[in-house]
Amino acid sequence: MPRLNRDTRHPVSFELDSQPVTGHAEPRMLLSDFLREELAINAVHVGCEHGVCGACTVRLDGKAVRACLTFAVQAEGRRVDTAAGLADENNELNDLQKAFRRHHALQCGYCTPGILMSVSDFLDRNSDPTEQEIRDMLSGHLCRCTGYTGMVRAILDVVAERARGGAAAE
Amino acid sequence: MKPRAFDFVRAESVDEALATLAAPGSQARILAGGQSQVAMLNLRLVEAEILIDINGIDELRYLRVSADTLEVGAATTQAELMDWPDLAERLPLLHAAMPHLGHFQTRNQGTVCGSIAHADPSSELPLCLATLGGHVVLRSARVERVLDAGDFQLGMLSTARRDDEMVTAVRFPLRRPGAGYAFDELALRKGDFAVVSVAAVATDSHIRLGVGGVADRPTVRDWDQLADGGLDDALNTFAWELGGYNDIHASARYRRDLVRRLGRRVIEEARSCRA
Repeated sequence: MPRLNRDTRHPVSFELDSQPVTGHAEPRMLLSDFLREELAINAVHVGCEHGVCGACTVRLDGKAVRACLTFAVQAEGRRVDTAAGLADENNELNDLQKAFRRHHALQCGYCTPGILMSVSDFLDRNSDPTEQEIRDMLSGHLCRCTGYTGMVRAILDVVAERARGGAAAE
Repeated sequence: MKPRAFDFVRAESVDEALATLAAPGSQARILAGGQSQVAMLNLRLVEAEILIDINGIDELRYLRVSADTLEVGAATTQAELMDWPDLAERLPLLHAAMPHLGHFQTRNQGTVCGSIAHADPSSELPLCLATLGGHVVLRSARVERVLDAGDFQLGMLSTARRDDEMVTAVRFPLRRPGAGYAFDELALRKGDFAVVSVAAVATDSHIRLGVGGVADRPTVRDWDQLADGGLDDALNTFAWELGGYNDIHASARYRRDLVRRLGRRVIEEARSCRA
């Protein structure tokens, strides 16, 4: 049974945004800190550090989770996706990011990367949500400047767009 | 807000986890979904010398239906229980309550048993387990025991679990013919801790009401069928017995009022959906 000593920086390897990565972490290091400080992924934002605000949300094996409530060593051998991996190789934003821009769904943008990861997971599992379901899902995130109306509009727009099978006009 | 240093054990079987828990002076804690515990570790409200991660133990990840119960293993997430196709039909109380339990993002990782073991007085799953009269399965390296929900949770964040034991499963009684079930709560934001939560089970001749968020643990009361005026009196007496407390979110008086009003609402709903 593997036992990781508290004082040692242990190698941690996983697939990050489709690329294999390795870093080192003591057992107590949070995944949010590991991504930012060890792997320099600044698309992961740290807010409350106790699971309330949702700013640090990433996808772990596809599921939206709080990176501040997950230890880096728990990601060993798994798949981690962040907002840094949403745009394509030419830095073209994906449909969700474009919709957020179109609908002014962000202002300061601090909460946005976490919300994008939640929405990505949510829409993968529910391609035709109601507005109420979208609002319930967004209740897991705190946004203190724009409010949520633009986000709801952006998400509904993406849902409609994907149902039509293509991108909306810019 | 970072946790204090600890050793980290990736348990590959229940026996391994229990052996680590049983080691003298180990001060070990089980890590399941971590949605409450890691927050408390970050805030240093709890400390551990060893964290035993049970998420990789396949034998603990299951939903098992028997004649009259659903048993949920300790590594099964809340999202996995919500995705159980028979939930609405066979566990209508949980089907009504689970959307209030944290958020989409926390249910992805948080476990059913972890919520029971954490024993927050305003949490939905302990309330449902107590109201349904469910059971908690505890194992140590030496022995397994099964406790009634009411004997398991002893107070705020306090349970009958011994230091060398872990909750390996919980058992929810399935819907009984002729019974109706209903749940409701008031929270400041959907998914936040409830100010008051209520769960009701009603049959032709019996009413059971469970209340969370008022006393230091979910509290269940049974009544034989009451006349209409009798229900209000019974709810009022129950509300005063629960007491309640003042905090930043609500006064004790407001909590008692919620017991009376939400209590009546869920009892009426449970009566109307008897099947």
